[in-house]
Amino acid sequence: MEQFLIAKIAGRHVAIPTAQVESVIDLGEVLPAPLAPPEVRGLVAIRSRVVTVIDPDVALGLAPSSLERRRAVITAVDGHHYAILVENLDEVETLERQPLSSGLALGDGWRGCAGGIVEHQGEPMLILDFLAWIPAGAVAA
Amino acid sequence: MDDLLQEFIAETRETLEALAGEVVAWDADPTDRARLDAIFRFVHTVKGSCGFLDLPRLARLSHAAEDVLAAVRDGSRSPDTALVNAVLAIIDRIGELVEAIDSGVALDDSSEDLLIAALAENAAPVAAQVLTVTTQPRAHSRSVRLGVDLLDRMMSGMSDMVLARNDLARRLRETDFDPRVEAALERLSLTVADMRETVSRTRMQTIDALFGAVPRMVRDTAAELGKAVNVRIEGGDVELDREMIELMRDPLVHLIRNSIDHGIEGPTERTAANKPAAGMLAISARQSGNQILIDIVDDGRGIDTEKLAAKAVAQKLFTHDELRLMSEAARCDLVFHPGLSSSDKVTTVSGRGVGMDIVRSNIEHIGGRVLLNNRPGRGLAITIRVPLTLSILTTIIVEAAGQKFALARQSVDEIVKVRAPQVRIDRVGGNRVATVRGERLPLVDLAALLEISDQADHPDTLVIVAAREGNFALAVDGVIDTEELVIKPASPGVMATGVYAGHTLPDNGRPMLLLDGSGLAARAGLSFERATSIDSGETHVVTDADRALLFDDLDGQRRVLPLATIDRVETVPGDAVRLTAGRLRVACGTSLIPLHATAPIAPHTSVSLLRLTDGLGEVAYAIQEAIEIVELPDTIARSTGTGPIAGVILIDGEQIELIDVHALFTDVEAPVSAPPICLLHADQTGWLSHFLKPVIEASGYRCVTRLDAGQTAALALTMSDGPVGDIEPAPLVRLRASRDPAGPQDDSIYRYDRDALQAVLARGRRG
Repeated sequence: MEQFLIAKIAGRHVAIPTAQVESVIDLGEVLPAPLAPPEVRGLVAIRSRVVTVIDPDVALGLAPSSLERRRAVITAVDGHHYAILVENLDEVETLERQPLSSGLALGDGWRGCAGGIVEHQGEPMLILDFLAWIPAGAVAA
Repeated sequence: MDDLLQEFIAETRETLEALAGEVVAWDADPTDRARLDAIFRFVHTVKGSCGFLDLPRLARLSHAAEDVLAAVRDGSRSPDTALVNAVLAIIDRIGELVEAIDSGVALDDSSEDLLIAALAENAAPVAAQVLTVTTQPRAHSRSVRLGVDLLDRMMSGMSDMVLARNDLARRLRETDFDPRVEAALERLSLTVADMRETVSRTRMQTIDALFGAVPRMVRDTAAELGKAVNVRIEGGDVELDREMIELMRDPLVHLIRNSIDHGIEGPTERTAANKPAAGMLAISARQSGNQILIDIVDDGRGIDTEKLAAKAVAQKLFTHDELRLMSEAARCDLVFHPGLSSSDKVTTVSGRGVGMDIVRSNIEHIGGRVLLNNRPGRGLAITIRVPLTLSILTTIIVEAAGQKFALARQSVDEIVKVRAPQVRIDRVGGNRVATVRGERLPLVDLAALLEISDQADHPDTLVIVAAREGNFALAVDGVIDTEELVIKPASPGVMATGVYAGHTLPDNGRPMLLLDGSGLAARAGLSFERATSIDSGETHVVTDADRALLFDDLDGQRRVLPLATIDRVETVPGDAVRLTAGRLRVACGTSLIPLHATAPIAPHTSVSLLRLTDGLGEVAYAIQEAIEIVELPDTIARSTGTGPIAGVILIDGEQIELIDVHALFTDVEAPVSAPPICLLHADQTGWLSHFLKPVIEASGYRCVTRLDAGQTAALALTMSDGPVGDIEPAPLVRLRASRDPAGPQDDSIYRYDRDALQAVLARGRRG
């Protein structure tokens, strides 16, 4: 059994392993980072730290989410902090991780970030793997 | 030296503590190879350090122990109890000596011979009392050794603390807060500032840590190359971030070795050049603002830019045209070009063609710059500028399309307003070019480059950015101010854009990106490969013979000169031009070159020269400005008049005069460089040197009365009754005082027979 944070991203409910979540926060002003990959909405200061803001809608191949969206999940990858924008957040649940059923066809963008499936109140949900959305450096950055 | 000694003591003490266990284990099992190796390494290290620090007693002990241990390692001796005991006794004594050095007490050395003797095979066991030596209790140490990692973590924690304080202060300011809170915040601010200063200092080290090893290195390098070099070091007490010191070590070593290897000449060459036989290398450090300047100055031969240019051509890095139009400084900077070395031969010291480019990129990597001041024949001065620390950077804040960006102060050469009279912006092809005080720079619009503004509006300010490859003008909406910022690397996705060097959080709490000058240049597609403002990028193959340089002449006329005759373009001060001995001449370095100028040259200005060469001699032609390289048309309207004009050609519908280079060279005397030598066998009357010498020299010889080693004479003259050398080094011509020859075999010339003399001289000149 594992703890998951239930969140809504791009209209779907997803489960985020709490081990990946550092905190949940409402973002202040986001400053654009020109020329950065499109899923990078910009930079924001959180607790005297500069955090890169990721718009998962773009990462999923959808239209950018509204600029009004402020709620975000903070995660750290390789010493850098990222804020992943979410539509809304539900509670934390202890659920059982199940492998992706074979033959299950996910939407294009979702395939890369699915880390398995959990069942919550009878509804199957994807387990999100943030790493897929973190834009990598050019060459061995 | 004290620092080094302290370090040695601390290190030895530490290793000894760590070694204690190994010693016991080896004692228990002398055949244990791993323990033996550990102990061997220890004595070996001690031996190495002692030689360097001049500690003869320690050196002797460790050397003796090393010998024995080496014998054990290669199996020629077996580690019996006596040997183990003897080695351990020596290790103990090393420890005692180190403590004695640290506390500054003298230690009786009478028993050391016994200790060493005990190492010998079949030696008597060491008497126990030898080992009991009274030492002072270990001096109480006031210092601890810390890993740099720990310091780094402290420093980064400190930066976070500063940012947290700024954040707190900003948030408090947004509300009406209690004065007591304000007082507490004030106290916190002071403490944080104080701590920051202190923590920064823990990372500081005197540059002596870098310079300490220089004298020895200079001595060794010089000895290896058979040269004598004196070294002078100044400013060793300047403090620098220890990480910076580590990063500077390799570049400094490389530059110093280069100076000794390539710069400073061998003793014979130096004596011939009227320099002291021993070269001089001065290394100094000084602080200027938040930068450290390190100068490496030698009095050697400097950089031979001619040779460098020739190499660049040979290696097809540049074309003749490009080099010819390069400034002297740009040619000098060729030494930083990858794969180019000014040295012909590969020595063990340097000259492998790698290095200078790496030196420069290493220094630029830490936010520094390398500047060269080349004085051909007199030496080279290298200045390295580096920031004091790596983590805090002085930046200039610029604004584009409403967003602020930081630029390292280091990389900004100048900030100019577009409205200023010395600034002009032109459109050249699809791009814009800024001309700032005559210097043409590619213009990069920041907002357009970052795609944050569509319309290329009229920029307000130009920031002249010195990128690794060349300078360019960055158009921004405004320069806000300068700020000292803690820079951190941005996330990989942002760094991958290539235009940022990191991000930072200034006091206002809004994140900001630090721009990378070289990255911007690369993004804008600026190419500095063709380093001149003159475009020589023809698509079809045209030989030099068909091309010419179009320029504005001094009298305001536009003229062309065949490109093949131009050696290079150079700027000299007007003072270098003088009317001497009936014609204009210009002093260029050590040579005097005849000069053609179509208008007078004011003494206090600088003047551009085209240096022309016919392969032997040189002529300079003063111009206002070089315009571009053009192709010579087939049809030339031949000139009928006088003056050095070959004819008129049409370029883009404009009549342009083509200069007659032949005419420029016609009225110039034979090249002054290296005239043939005429050896005069001095007679008693001195007639040769008084009467004939001026005539001979007027026809292009240099007269000597004795040949130096290595000199060869083209001609030798003597009076028929005068002295003659045993072996004549050159065709000998005898002169006689009487008008008629003494007999049929007499091949001498009458000394006033001018025609015959001239014929002889002409023959000698032809070699």
